[in-house]
Amino acid sequence: MIFLTRKAEFSSAHFYWNDAWSPDENERVFGKCANRNGHGHNYTLEVTVAGDVDPVSGFVVDLKQLKNILEREVIGVYDHRHLNLEVPEFAKAIPTTENIAIAVWNRLDNKIPNAKLHRVRVYEMPDLFADYYGEL
Amino acid sequence: MKAHLSRRYHFSASHRLHSEEFDEVKNYEVFGKCNNPHGHGHNYTVQVTVSGQVDPVTGMVCNLADLDGFARKNIVERFDYTNLNTLECFAEKVSTTENLSIEIYRIFKDFTAAHVERVHVEETSNNSFDYAGNENPMPGTI
Repeated sequence: MIFLTRKAEFSSAHFYWNDAWSPDENERVFGKCANRNGHGHNYTLEVTVAGDVDPVSGFVVDLKQLKNILEREVIGVYDHRHLNLEVPEFAKAIPTTENIAIAVWNRLDNKIPNAKLHRVRVYEMPDLFADYYGEL
Repeated sequence: MKAHLSRRYHFSASHRLHSEEFDEVKNYEVFGKCNNPHGHGHNYTVQVTVSGQVDPVTGMVCNLADLDGFARKNIVERFDYTNLNTLECFAEKVSTTENLSIEIYRIFKDFTAAHVERVHVEETSNNSFDYAGNENPMPGTI
């Protein structure tokens, strides 16, 4: 089995806020991320799929096809958008790096022909990333 | 105490993705610009991960000089500034980075000073491949 990783980037705005909490509690927990005017990041997404090498083509999956799937399912929806305001899954879930990794997983799971989604890694910045492997 | 050690190596090579089982049209359909008859090239990065008990005297899993020497002789000198398609290992296989990863893992398996866990091969900054043999790696290790 081979694991293939494709990288893609998106730039988005977000803020952290829990409606069930008071403004003071939000600021205490989320600090500057709770600013309701939002802020933004250049995110890097790494999607790893697992599969066997096709004996004729030598491919696990067609990289161009994988790129197109990432573009259609994730980048086209997240890039240059406000995650809280414009992306449906973050109407309720706080768009933390952890929740973004889970949301990307849910968007891609079962959409990649001939391979199994293995890991979604989301970098919020080069020094901070979250991994999601689905429900282990 | 068991530890994992990873080391990165680099080589530059050309290749062409082409299968004798496909006709010209099908080859272009499957491989696109990678099927260019004149070939194209990449700066490849190989990251090998080995594991073993930390030697209580040296504090090492294995001597890096041994690993470097092995990789230089068997990986870098073998692939650097070559056309992958001309190598024996790709005589009957398409020189995709999937197949290259499997070949590099097979070569590293002859390194005996530590257990070879996996190889990670970067074809470009956006595409990379991992191979850890046929056993399923432990969750979270790739």
